[in-house]
Amino acid sequence: MTARTERLRRASLDAVPAISAERAVITTAFYTDHLGRHSTPVLRAMNFYAICDRKTLWMGDEELIVGERGPAPKAVPTYPELTCHSVEDLRILGARPKTNYAVDATVIETYARNVIPFWQGRSLRDQMFGELPQAWHDAYAAGCFTEFMEQRAPGHTVADGKLYRKGLLDFKADIARSEAALDVEHDPEALDKREQLRAMSIACDAVMRFAERHAELAEARAAALSHGPRKRELETIANVCRRVPAHAPRDFHEALQYYWFCHLAVITELNGWDAFSPGHLDQHLWPFYQRGLADGTLTHDTARELLECFFVKFNNHTAPPKVGVTAAESGTYTDFANINLAGLLRDGSDGSNDVTHLLLDIIDEMHLLQPSSNMQVSRKTPDAVLKHALRVIRNGYGFPSLFNADAVVEEQLRQGKTLEAPREGGCSGCVEVGAFGKEAYILTGYFNLPKMLELALHDGFDVRTGTYVGARTGDPAAFRTYDDLFAAFRAQVEHVIDIKIRGNQIIERLYATRMPHTFLSVITDDCITKGKDYNAGGARYNNTFIQAVGIGSITDSLAALKELAFDAPMLPLGRFVEILDADFTGEDALRQRLLNKTHKYGNDDDYADALMTQTFRMLFETIDGRPNTKGGAYRLEMLPTTCHVYFGDVCLASADGRGEGQPVSEGISPVQGADRNGPTAVLRSAAKMDHVKTGGTLLNMKFTPGLLQSDAGIDRLHSLVRTYFKLDGHHLQFNVVTADALREAQANPSAHRDLIVRVAGYSDYFCDLSAALQDEIIRRTEHQEF
Amino acid sequence: MTAGVIFNVQRFSVHDGPGLRSTVFMKGCPLRCAWCHNPESQPPAPAFVRLSHRCMRCERCSEADLAEPVVAGRGMADVDRCPTGALQSVGERVDAATLVPRLLRDRPFFDESGGGVTVSGGEPLMQAPFVTDLLRRLRAAGVHTALDTCGFSPWPVLRDAAAEADLVLFDVKLMDDTRHRAATGVSNRPILANLEAMSRVHPAIWVRLPIVPGHTDDESNIDAVGAFLRPLPGIARIDLLPYHPTGESKFARVGLECAVRGTPTPTADRLAILAARLRAAGLTMPIGDHP
Repeated sequence: MTARTERLRRASLDAVPAISAERAVITTAFYTDHLGRHSTPVLRAMNFYAICDRKTLWMGDEELIVGERGPAPKAVPTYPELTCHSVEDLRILGARPKTNYAVDATVIETYARNVIPFWQGRSLRDQMFGELPQAWHDAYAAGCFTEFMEQRAPGHTVADGKLYRKGLLDFKADIARSEAALDVEHDPEALDKREQLRAMSIACDAVMRFAERHAELAEARAAALSHGPRKRELETIANVCRRVPAHAPRDFHEALQYYWFCHLAVITELNGWDAFSPGHLDQHLWPFYQRGLADGTLTHDTARELLECFFVKFNNHTAPPKVGVTAAESGTYTDFANINLAGLLRDGSDGSNDVTHLLLDIIDEMHLLQPSSNMQVSRKTPDAVLKHALRVIRNGYGFPSLFNADAVVEEQLRQGKTLEAPREGGCSGCVEVGAFGKEAYILTGYFNLPKMLELALHDGFDVRTGTYVGARTGDPAAFRTYDDLFAAFRAQVEHVIDIKIRGNQIIERLYATRMPHTFLSVITDDCITKGKDYNAGGARYNNTFIQAVGIGSITDSLAALKELAFDAPMLPLGRFVEILDADFTGEDALRQRLLNKTHKYGNDDDYADALMTQTFRMLFETIDGRPNTKGGAYRLEMLPTTCHVYFGDVCLASADGRGEGQPVSEGISPVQGADRNGPTAVLRSAAKMDHVKTGGTLLNMKFTPGLLQSDAGIDRLHSLVRTYFKLDGHHLQFNVVTADALREAQANPSAHRDLIVRVAGYSDYFCDLSAALQDEIIRRTEHQEF
Repeated sequence: MTAGVIFNVQRFSVHDGPGLRSTVFMKGCPLRCAWCHNPESQPPAPAFVRLSHRCMRCERCSEADLAEPVVAGRGMADVDRCPTGALQSVGERVDAATLVPRLLRDRPFFDESGGGVTVSGGEPLMQAPFVTDLLRRLRAAGVHTALDTCGFSPWPVLRDAAAEADLVLFDVKLMDDTRHRAATGVSNRPILANLEAMSRVHPAIWVRLPIVPGHTDDESNIDAVGAFLRPLPGIARIDLLPYHPTGESKFARVGLECAVRGTPTPTADRLAILAARLRAAGLTMPIGDHP
């Protein structure tokens, strides 16, 4: 880092996340004046323009890349048109001990006086909850699934390379051509398309206005200085902001600033999940980097400093807080923007370059919570590139995570995409696959697998909420065979997935008709040519994901029930259920047997792993290919983020020996501590799942630092990764830290505020995690050498 | 069909030859090294032990049983019944045909890393017919094989087994025979003679020196090792294996005393000094502190 970027980094780390009511105030005022006077898309675009035109600008003293979503770094705007915080929500956000947000008294006052009275009953969340059926509400309350879009808009997408070849004026020309081609006499949707296209055009104007205001501000600041390097820098910033995003970038600095304006535009118009991501940044920057070095306008060091300034910008953008937050749903400041490294080029060749290494060095040096980073590892990726990433991983911050670029292509070909789209696509958010710049791939919510077995053991009754939320599959005491049990489990999955999808369809239509994302539509193919919004099926590809959680817990539970109640019966199933309902009270020996002596997923044990693949196939058959409302299909993902803690919390004791309320397993990782045959056995078990049929899986591993100390250690990890990917594994992420070090941080948080660990799909400050999640990470098996 | 007694299959084994390996530990050893890392491997017959830290006192065993780490009169059925896994069998009778697929489960990792299967122990040659057959089967399956031996065996037995292994890991401990007898219970003469003979017929031998501070790490021993190895052909590599006190608790677990209790792990600096000393003695092959 340079002295400048060291100071910018420090300022970003020290900035306190705070709630800003500015966006809510502008939006409320705009809606008060304009509601009913325009079509929905045009109204949304005009509101976006109003924000870009009026919001307080921030230009830090030493910044080279400019622009903030809020009025200052880590000042987080709110989106009352989607989800309107209550006064109580705001008080909780300000007072809760972890991941809290400073909430000024004037914010609460403004909300109480202006914002809440307007949006109560009008916010999309209020409308949504009014339209969702009772069965959905019951299953949701029982913790069968979560729903992403009740909190934030669909987003989950990534920029592709066209941004660096076209300015917004070029996009506006495309929009004008599309509008001119509308055929009102023959196309019944032409008038809707016209509104949508006009909205997109306004959205372009909004972002150009935002850049223009930054140019004006930089010019004014420069004019106030008589001379000196900062004056020249401000003049450069002004020139850059005059050029982009109206026009395509010409150099490295303009390329970064262009992306950053687009990033801010996407996350200012709506608070889409996973913010927005630059995608293959190394590939996109490579021509600018080469050209700059060749013509002498750029050096390795100036490129690095610009990139460091760019990284700080991500870290300044704390995730917007949820509403109605319960302690169980742990918060995070991370907004899941994710940078892809290496991977493949459009023609299928290796995509890594010198910028890949430059970015790895920056990730290693800066240790920022945001942006996340990942490497797309293809069989064509040179060993030296992967090993560089592994040396960064060795330092223990969980960055970058690793994806199998070849499997990612295969997964998307299975979904019916053309070959080039997945090569130029990749993974974002946590682990999900998509065609960057061409796809709306929407995560809709986590699905609680262990809960489905619990319902099967209780005839569809949820003991905790006292409601029948599942299918009536009968008294488990009457199940004669394991197949009977599995059929009941399957029936519960099918029943609850139906409820979930019914809800999803309602929510998709609400966003399609009432909450278009006009700027994101501009930069996502083929919204302009179709005249359709990103949220309404305008993208070329539209996949909707349901993320199943707890495959390890469910496998171990099925294995225990199969073995002890059916194969070598020692306990009738009815009695087994009574013991689980009583949380093993007085049944210590049985519980010990369940914990220690039954078949466990993660040990390359075919007895257990066959049940894992049986469950996976059933899930796939239940979900994959069902149509969504946008011309696309539902897909299965195996990803938990932090939801395995919440899902465990709402579940009774389970047959794998897990106590009532304890976390379930995360991702496709084994139950914490159940894997006893080392990392190769874990990888073999996990690879028995057909990853190619998913939209992403997540596997966490924990290694002791000693294992990776030497070059030989890096070679070993390299072999593990390459082999897992050869077996079609989708994703791997590592924690390189000892359990003792984590316990020390738990006991003494003030001394370890900066300890970053891998959670599941992202890294977070260990001390910001809930105690339950901290304990869960500590219990994950630590692999060491033998 | 030959059967053997093993006491463990270790996957992701990274110190017993090149790459990622699976190592099968054979039960039984003619030596009684004071610093043994696997004392449970020494007696040839399977035994039953109880890990007191895992025991939940569920009363399936009597109080008298609980006092002793090594348990008499138990069978596999008792092991199965123990809820916590505290009661364990050390030693498992297996036939080669079923062991081979178990050892090959990590084959994709072997292929990627240049690894394979290592037969270790105990001393594999205590069960030479079984081990020779096992190595032959593994080799027929196309996997890299290594034989890890203390070298204390009749030459033809060792020669025939080693002929089935792509790599021989050959332990050398102490050059002075009196000290060797005192530390291991046997003379080093057949061992050194076997190494000499082996170096003329086998193309890939890695010599391994356990570095046990105060026992094997003195300069005179290291110098003597260097002088002995220098004229031998076929020694591709030397590894200095640092003593680890992990074996100490295992001694108690199987009811034995650890004679080197409290011995520290040698420092990296010390290992580097010893490696330099071997190089100074004229050894030119790679010398590592771990493969």
